[in-house]
Amino acid sequence: MLKLRPGRWAGVITALQLRGVAVSRGGRRLFSGLDLDLAPGEVCALTGANGAGKTSLLRTIAGLSAPDMGDIGFGGADPGDARQGGLHLLGHLDGLKAARTTREELTFWSRWGGAASDGADQAVTALALGGLLDLEVRRLSAGQRRRLALARLLAAPRPLWLLDEPLSPLDAAWRARFGAVMQAHLAGGGMILAAVHDPLPIPARSLALEAAA
Amino acid sequence: MSRISALLARETALAWGRGGGPLVSVGFYAGVATLLPLAIGPEAQRLAAIAPGAAWVALALASLLSLDRLFERDFEDGALDLLTLSSTPLELTCAIKCLSQWLATGAPLALAAPIAAIGLGAPPALAPLIFACALVGGLAFAFTGGIGAALSLGARRGGLLTAVIVLPLFVPPVIFGGGALDAFASGLGWTAGFALLCAYAAAAVALGPLAMAAACRNALA
Repeated sequence: MLKLRPGRWAGVITALQLRGVAVSRGGRRLFSGLDLDLAPGEVCALTGANGAGKTSLLRTIAGLSAPDMGDIGFGGADPGDARQGGLHLLGHLDGLKAARTTREELTFWSRWGGAASDGADQAVTALALGGLLDLEVRRLSAGQRRRLALARLLAAPRPLWLLDEPLSPLDAAWRARFGAVMQAHLAGGGMILAAVHDPLPIPARSLALEAAA
Repeated sequence: MSRISALLARETALAWGRGGGPLVSVGFYAGVATLLPLAIGPEAQRLAAIAPGAAWVALALASLLSLDRLFERDFEDGALDLLTLSSTPLELTCAIKCLSQWLATGAPLALAAPIAAIGLGAPPALAPLIFACALVGGLAFAFTGGIGAALSLGARRGGLLTAVIVLPLFVPPVIFGGGALDAFASGLGWTAGFALLCAYAAAAVALGPLAMAAACRNALA
């Protein structure tokens, strides 16, 4: 097994492999026979029409639901361990409580993700959340709120990022800045699988989900 | 440990604010305890006879109030996904949520219970036992209630469904606690009822989180 640099990754994911994965939602088969290999430093943009199953695929990889068929591997790591400490899932529901302040939410989720003590501060710096820390989450704009959700990815580093429409509420300047953040993650050996409608701000190969016949 | 204490702090803060938190539960409790003498009649003797039991049943009902939001809010806003994706077992997460629920509503209700019972005419000597029963019973209410709250995730009007699922589970603690109070009031041995109440609470704490975690996983899938 790969030796991990201490303090870098909490998890054990060294690759993501999908083999013949089929997923259905509410009794309807969304897609089948999906193959994907993601190695450290690689990013894949997941495209497809609304309802093609992008979100369902991300949730299936994260282990929240089971695939109908096929295998999901994490480079030989135990799937349970890999999912518990090795990946971040950012859905369109961000899990932030409107009545709590930005600082409370960021501190909690950083600790929950097992972040180092300065992890949250680094995320605040990288995503320029400093001026928002004392605001309640309900006072944030959609883009600010998304930055707060993205801050969790930086506070507790984990190798695999599963992102669902990560950039949609961000303006052009922040899309570019988050592109740089993603590039830094990849340069450190991270992996990103992002469901998108607009192209990612960094070069990425893409995987189109097409409805099962 | 840092993860667990962070979750306990967050959940307690959320439970404190959820649906008005302890003030609403205690207010509802006071309301039910006030309605009873109006319905039953003001004769002191009759009221005193039913006071401990009435205070106890009202407590079970008040415990239901904020239960339905225990998992639902996290389910709706996606936080439950992230709570599930953690090296902390979901069972432990569920147990901590119920413990927070107990800290935020069960414990304040346990303080209000002796006051309500004495107000209805129960002998003051009964107050410590009522407090102890309410404290232990509240734990059983929170952990069995969590099962109902998790099972009704994703259902429309889940709050009503939670109440319907949970009320049968409240029967044993109501019987045991009521029995202990009744026995104490008539000068008989009350320890058996109280011990059974403690046993039920312990079973609920031990087994409830398994059922809650399974129900949450099912709702998320």
